[in-house]
Amino acid sequence: MTYITKPKLHHPTLPKNTLGFTRRDYEGKVSTLCAGCGHDSISAALIQACWELDIEPHRVAKLSGIGCSSKTPDYFLGNSHGFNTVHGRMPSVLTGANLANRELLYLGVSGDGDSASIGLGQFAHAMRRGVNMTYIVENNGVYGLTKGQFSATADQGSKSKKGAINTDTPIDLVSLALQLGASYVARSFSGDKEQLVPLIKGALRHRGAAFIDVISPCVAFNNHPGSTKSYDYVRAHNEAVNRLDFMPRRDAISASYSPGEVIEITQHDGSLLRLRKLAVGYDPGDRLAAMNHIAAHEARGEILTGLLYVNGDADDLHGHLKTVATPLNRLGEAELCPGAGVLAALNAELV
Amino acid sequence: MSHRIVKRIESVNDFVVKFANVNGSGSASANEMFARSLLRMGVPVSPRNIFPSNIQGLPTWYEVRVNERGYLGRRGGVDLMVAMNPQTWDRDLQEIESGGYLLYDSSKPLPPSRFRDDVNVIGVPLTEMCATRYTDPRERQLLKNIVYVGVLAALMGIEPEVIATLLGEQYKGKAKLIQPNLDAFMMGLHHGRDVLESDVLGLRVERRDAVGKRIFIEGNAAAALGCVYGGATVCAWYPITPSSSLAEAFQKYCAKYRVDKASGTNRYAIVQAEDEIASIGIVVGAGWNGARSFTATSGPGVSLMTEFIGLAYFAEIPATIINVQRGGPSTGMPTRTQQADLLSCAYASHGDTKHVLLFPEDPRECFDFAAAALDLADRLQTPIFVMTDLDIGMNHRLCEPLQWDDKRRYDRGKVMSRADLDAGRDFGRYLDVDGDGIPYRTLPGTHPERGAYFTRGTTRDAYARYSEAGPDYLYNVERLLRKFDTAKAMVPQPVERRAARPTRHGVIYFGSTSPAMAEAFDALHARGLHVDLLRVRAFPFSEAVDRFVAEHETVFVIEQNRDAQLRTMLMTEQEIAPARLVPILHFDGTPITARFITEAIAERMPGANVQPIKGGLVA
Repeated sequence: MTYITKPKLHHPTLPKNTLGFTRRDYEGKVSTLCAGCGHDSISAALIQACWELDIEPHRVAKLSGIGCSSKTPDYFLGNSHGFNTVHGRMPSVLTGANLANRELLYLGVSGDGDSASIGLGQFAHAMRRGVNMTYIVENNGVYGLTKGQFSATADQGSKSKKGAINTDTPIDLVSLALQLGASYVARSFSGDKEQLVPLIKGALRHRGAAFIDVISPCVAFNNHPGSTKSYDYVRAHNEAVNRLDFMPRRDAISASYSPGEVIEITQHDGSLLRLRKLAVGYDPGDRLAAMNHIAAHEARGEILTGLLYVNGDADDLHGHLKTVATPLNRLGEAELCPGAGVLAALNAELV
Repeated sequence: MSHRIVKRIESVNDFVVKFANVNGSGSASANEMFARSLLRMGVPVSPRNIFPSNIQGLPTWYEVRVNERGYLGRRGGVDLMVAMNPQTWDRDLQEIESGGYLLYDSSKPLPPSRFRDDVNVIGVPLTEMCATRYTDPRERQLLKNIVYVGVLAALMGIEPEVIATLLGEQYKGKAKLIQPNLDAFMMGLHHGRDVLESDVLGLRVERRDAVGKRIFIEGNAAAALGCVYGGATVCAWYPITPSSSLAEAFQKYCAKYRVDKASGTNRYAIVQAEDEIASIGIVVGAGWNGARSFTATSGPGVSLMTEFIGLAYFAEIPATIINVQRGGPSTGMPTRTQQADLLSCAYASHGDTKHVLLFPEDPRECFDFAAAALDLADRLQTPIFVMTDLDIGMNHRLCEPLQWDDKRRYDRGKVMSRADLDAGRDFGRYLDVDGDGIPYRTLPGTHPERGAYFTRGTTRDAYARYSEAGPDYLYNVERLLRKFDTAKAMVPQPVERRAARPTRHGVIYFGSTSPAMAEAFDALHARGLHVDLLRVRAFPFSEAVDRFVAEHETVFVIEQNRDAQLRTMLMTEQEIAPARLVPILHFDGTPITARFITEAIAERMPGANVQPIKGGLVA
């Protein structure tokens, strides 16, 4: 594997965010993924979202499992600490990291093999615990690094590059996340940056488990006729329920949408999600309705995208555990050790 | 019926009582009260729960070693069997020493063939007594246990006031329960005093002052306190016998000592994970991000955790794993004790790995080593195993009081701060700056421009950059060996005890074997057999181990496992010739006894006590 060193020189006229950073400051190493890989578009969307949100790169911890998708954290936010954990077990490591320091932003990047197959259990439990994070699955329905085996999200009847037909029922991570208690659930397409960037922004500002399933075609092994995760198939079957505008603060609201078509959801930090409804009667605040809607479209072979569910009032694992506001990794002897006196009293009780 | 034989064991403050009960019959609290009452009379005891992997209905035993000289190991043999379980009657009867005693429920008469000629029998119609006194069936069942404690109190000379006090303490806040228990106790006491002959039992308890300031605590509770004192803030665990009570005790102590009173928030996070894999994953994530974290588990849990343990080893992340060992392999004997996870922990995970193991001998060391493990994990940036076992973990043991020095500071190891990075120090995550194999690390979020790095289980160079180059791999794995060598001086050192006379025979042992070994040492001495002792307290082994082996022609290695795992490690790690290390192995799931060790050593050293080796052999 070879690496090209990315030049540090920035064009002087590149736009800067309020922190004075250009988009280049949010980049990472040069990607080693195949040219045209959907995952690189997701990296680009993440870079865009973090830059637009004025996030300090070093305040993000990016964690992943193992696989093509899990390599991508090396390709964005070069000034963040990253962690390639083990296959399928990123959620537990992220949970631990989050418990240690609640003040950082946690970004979990995973793939469909990583999250829906070997890591399905950990995915499920991170969702139900409400770990405060943005969990992105770069979903291509295939194992890329081991050259083309089906993953658990591959559609029944879809065809592998070598011609094998998948006979197993696919796992729909979005439906699972909804059932398991994720409080921000979205699906998007790596080829639709306009939709993906605001979805990531909303997720990064969400408190609780935010999950985004991003269909991300694999150009090497799953972009052929017969695949339901190919660019052509997704473009032809993508149906968005809404378009999202993300506003970091309430006072930035613009009135570009006419009333009646727009839903506004305020999150904990005051940020606002403005959703322009595309699907008639679709309510992203109704978990049950969202599940039904997804299932109905799935039955028709359509891929529903957009912000499918959000609970702006959700709490996270720290809230559930009533953890102290100071990050646990910053507490010292004075806060943690009850002292020799208490131990002496305990000893006295122990006969 | 009761019958007496001529031969009788007569003893004051030195005997073994075993209670044979049915799991779920409510005997545990009565039996524990018996043990505690002796402690309150200043007589050392060491009880052991021998219980099935079952909630109700199967046989369970509670064995109490009473010994005013303070031997806390199992002796072997039973002087008095309180036989309350008809299912196990035959084997319970067989365990009694010749001249010993059988106390049984004589409500239903048994034919003489059900007894032994050389065992004194004391019949007490417990069921009948309770049926007469109580109408509620549950009371009849439960209080039967307290009645036999009353009988024993009368026959042994246990002070009734002590039991009354203990009952008051046990049912504090449940006043309704005190009086019925006290009545049942008194019923037994009167029966013992008025109906039975006063000298029917040759075992007596007399007040002494032999307990001193020692405390009576389970190893798991002590280890949990060690984690509290040692500054663990994240605990992730998955229920598994015999370690569950450790995490539960941590929860209890944290709720008591770690709540910020002003805000009502917790200075800790405890997650009961979905499995052991997630438990260690959470621990690794928290350790990576600078929080002290631990998990408590047992053998099967360690098996599941091994992939993550390998990651933590190679990526150099602090993690503390408290392994309360039980009988293996597979599900083995889940509620019995063994020391059989040494190899699986020392070399956990694929590839070349070596992990630090600590071997506590009692609750006091469970406390000390749990706290020490948290320091070591940070200092060495690697997984640290505390290798306790069911025998220490789930049984109350008398030990020295737990101690903490308020001047002690947590050793957070080599963590570079924002100021360090600003000072322009070269930060290479895996650079061996100090030559001890331990690199410096930064925590996420430390600095806007410097110190960020990528953690991975794949090879990287000294600056944490992905690499598939052989030299980079060698640099890392050889440095890890150097780090392991550094650990030698940081872990608890072995404890030696010399025989009364110079000898060519040594004994190496570790962990919960300790009290039985102490007694065997004296027993061997009484037979004129002299051995020097070395208690190993950690892996990697220090030079003291090599020295000890060099000084002795034969070294007995005592272990509670089938395959002589410590011996294997001594052979491979210290390059000691196999013939020098004689394995003595006990692995039926019960804690090793002083008698077993004594006999095993005695039969292997005929004509012992030859002159010591001058200058030492080559290990």
